[in-house]
Amino acid sequence: MSRRNIALLLSSAMLACALGTFSGATMVMADEAGSASSGDAALTVGLPQDLDNSLDPYQITAAGTREVLFNVYEGLVKPDTDGNFVDAVASEHEISEDGLTYTFTLRDGVVFHNGEEVTIDDVLYSFETCAATTTSTAVAGALSDIQDITADGDKVVITLPAANSSFLSTVSSVTIVPASYTDQATAPVGTGPFKFDSYSPQDKVVFVRNDDYYGEKPALAKVTCKIYDDANALFTALDSGSLDMAFHLTVDQVNSLSNGYNVLEGEMNLVQALYLNNARAPFDDERVRQALCYAIDTDSLLELTEDGHGAKLGSSVYPSFRKYFDESLVDAYPYDPEKAASLLQEAGAEGLSFTIKVPGNYTPHVDTANVIVEMLSAVGINAVIEKVEWNTWLTEVYQGRDFDATVIGFDAAYLSPDALLQRWVSDDSSNMISYNNADYDAAIEKAQSTTDDEEQVAAYKEAQKILSDTAANVYLQDMADFVVLNPEYTGYEYYPLYAVDFSRIRPAQ
Amino acid sequence: MKLVLKKIISLIITLFIVSLLAFLAFQIIPGDPTTKLLGTNATPEKVAQLRSQLGLDRPVLIRYMDWLVSFVKGEFGTSYTYNRAVSTLLADKLPVTVLLTVLSFLITAAVSVPIGIWAGSTRNKWVDHVFVILDQVLMAIPPFFFGMVSCFVFGIVLRWFMPGSFISLSESFSGCVSYLILPAVCLALPRIAMTVRMLRSSIQEELTQNYVYTARSRGLSRSGIMRRHILKNAMIPVVTFLAVSAAEIMTGTIIIEQVFTIPGTGRLLVSSIGNRDFPVVQAIIVILAAWIVIVNFTADMLNHWMDPRLRQ
Repeated sequence: MSRRNIALLLSSAMLACALGTFSGATMVMADEAGSASSGDAALTVGLPQDLDNSLDPYQITAAGTREVLFNVYEGLVKPDTDGNFVDAVASEHEISEDGLTYTFTLRDGVVFHNGEEVTIDDVLYSFETCAATTTSTAVAGALSDIQDITADGDKVVITLPAANSSFLSTVSSVTIVPASYTDQATAPVGTGPFKFDSYSPQDKVVFVRNDDYYGEKPALAKVTCKIYDDANALFTALDSGSLDMAFHLTVDQVNSLSNGYNVLEGEMNLVQALYLNNARAPFDDERVRQALCYAIDTDSLLELTEDGHGAKLGSSVYPSFRKYFDESLVDAYPYDPEKAASLLQEAGAEGLSFTIKVPGNYTPHVDTANVIVEMLSAVGINAVIEKVEWNTWLTEVYQGRDFDATVIGFDAAYLSPDALLQRWVSDDSSNMISYNNADYDAAIEKAQSTTDDEEQVAAYKEAQKILSDTAANVYLQDMADFVVLNPEYTGYEYYPLYAVDFSRIRPAQ
Repeated sequence: MKLVLKKIISLIITLFIVSLLAFLAFQIIPGDPTTKLLGTNATPEKVAQLRSQLGLDRPVLIRYMDWLVSFVKGEFGTSYTYNRAVSTLLADKLPVTVLLTVLSFLITAAVSVPIGIWAGSTRNKWVDHVFVILDQVLMAIPPFFFGMVSCFVFGIVLRWFMPGSFISLSESFSGCVSYLILPAVCLALPRIAMTVRMLRSSIQEELTQNYVYTARSRGLSRSGIMRRHILKNAMIPVVTFLAVSAAEIMTGTIIIEQVFTIPGTGRLLVSSIGNRDFPVVQAIIVILAAWIVIVNFTADMLNHWMDPRLRQ
């Protein structure tokens, strides 16, 4: 008897030992994560999704991949936190009076991450390759308009057939890559403040400081991005202290954060809306679409889904676009259930019922859809949510245009209102809602061809007003984007587009 | 020898059927890899181009035969999502899952056998009652729930470990093992409960056998009877059960890897299904199926070896 008891005791002691070493080992790790002495500081960041299959700058499709590789890649110019374009690989740029000729001077001594110096040939190669292979139809379109691109000593001269006021944003999307390098898809090489170090699918991607960077060198020596494929796992890791930073957190997550990290608030830079299939009855009737706008109380929607954070939208442009954003449209459709009911009656669409297809993996959109369903039922509209997988959403809704309505957010791939507005031009291939309005097409055309800044802003605003007047979609909000940062670090700044800049983050002292 | 040959043939047939079923299931679910790869930048021309590039525009059966032929040659193909050879991906992920399975199996065996023997031979009624209740509870709770609870308790409340801070094998073996212990325990708990229960009732049954009284009457000590006679018989079903557990633990890792964010085969499988990454899914399913068949075969062999009655 006693011997058996000893055996039991021993085995439980063994288990306790095992657990002991295990907690011991992680204690060491905790110290490592905490050391933030300047010079060799390392940041551990949580990514809410895996990277794209190709890290080639022209092949990236997901915003989540683009925003971290922002640290590795640069164009001749790049956007700053205010949405202006500053010189990067170019040391200066000049635009001719008529807006037709762009002259970029190559910065002296810019070195690629593989040690080779950037030459004019690399710049020409990058423009050619980007035009031929980019997955972005907008960038490909803008580049195909180039009349002539020539090298002149250390200058690149680009000639356009017609002025294009958003051409600088196109230039910023043309990442400068080495002409003689072929492994861009798996081991990216750029000129940015951080070098790509390694990537292990579903595990992590590591960036290290580019010590040859021409600009201000980053304070962080190493940034490790751990990959999570589910928001809860990421949050648990963050809250337990194994991560120093996470972004795109929701208000619920921030409220339940218990580790005393700093919470920063900005905007997602997304246009979240109830997108309506304008080609399908009854949403082909403007009055029905307007009725939906009146029936949805955006203020209480923000209160319910975001605790009042987030910014209201009136059209397809979000507030970070500053001068292009038309604030007057935000309250174009105040909450008015009676007006909604009478509009529905007028259109002969009482007792309307339709389906909202929502990608189930995006909790914020599902939550928003739930609130919308409740609000619509109050005016006698019967909306049903159909949660679909992301792949199904892309095939059925985005490509197949087989839907009544959907809740989703669109981001801007580059810093021009075109990135958000071009898609609703009637013959655009990504015009998911089949919006068809000749005035709108004309307004966008005008905005793109004018050289006059004021005229351009006015044309983009006109386009937004048309979207609002015709109630193309029920515009909801640009959701709040919470960034959580270990108090040992500071310096995070928001950009007006999807970008997470690690080069500004530094140990707080 | 004849038995081994028979088993190998049944292994091949099983793998063929499993791979065919997995392949056909992929034809039924909507969406294909191009959807995810091109995302919102997809245009009909780009989709068509990528489909022909990936060979998705060919008839279903031809694609399956192609896959089968290269699989037999030992080529697993290239992952659509990760743009690298499936074998390279698995070389990274499989060791993690195998390590987790081995750890969990060792914990199951090391903990359940001594406890089972003790529970089976004790004559204390109270201890017996407690065991029965504890056993039921542990068996009823699925490992992923243990996982979530322990992430919360040990990770957030006690802060003994950091959920999601997995250390890869190449960085530190001991670091990796220490992160895997908790998930391994979570996976092992229901198996421990089942093994203890089995061993306990098996021993109790043997205790009532006539040979025990005979041995007793010949003057053998209680512990001697237990070691030399009872355990020999009582362990037969338990060893078989443990062997089969090795298969179940391996499949259990699929879910526990999600809970603890372990970059192993299970997580790769789940995300690859979402991405419609057919070559990866097919390879993992075939590996899992092969593992289950092999483990079952091992269990059979162990049984034959331990139980003389089966040897004729």
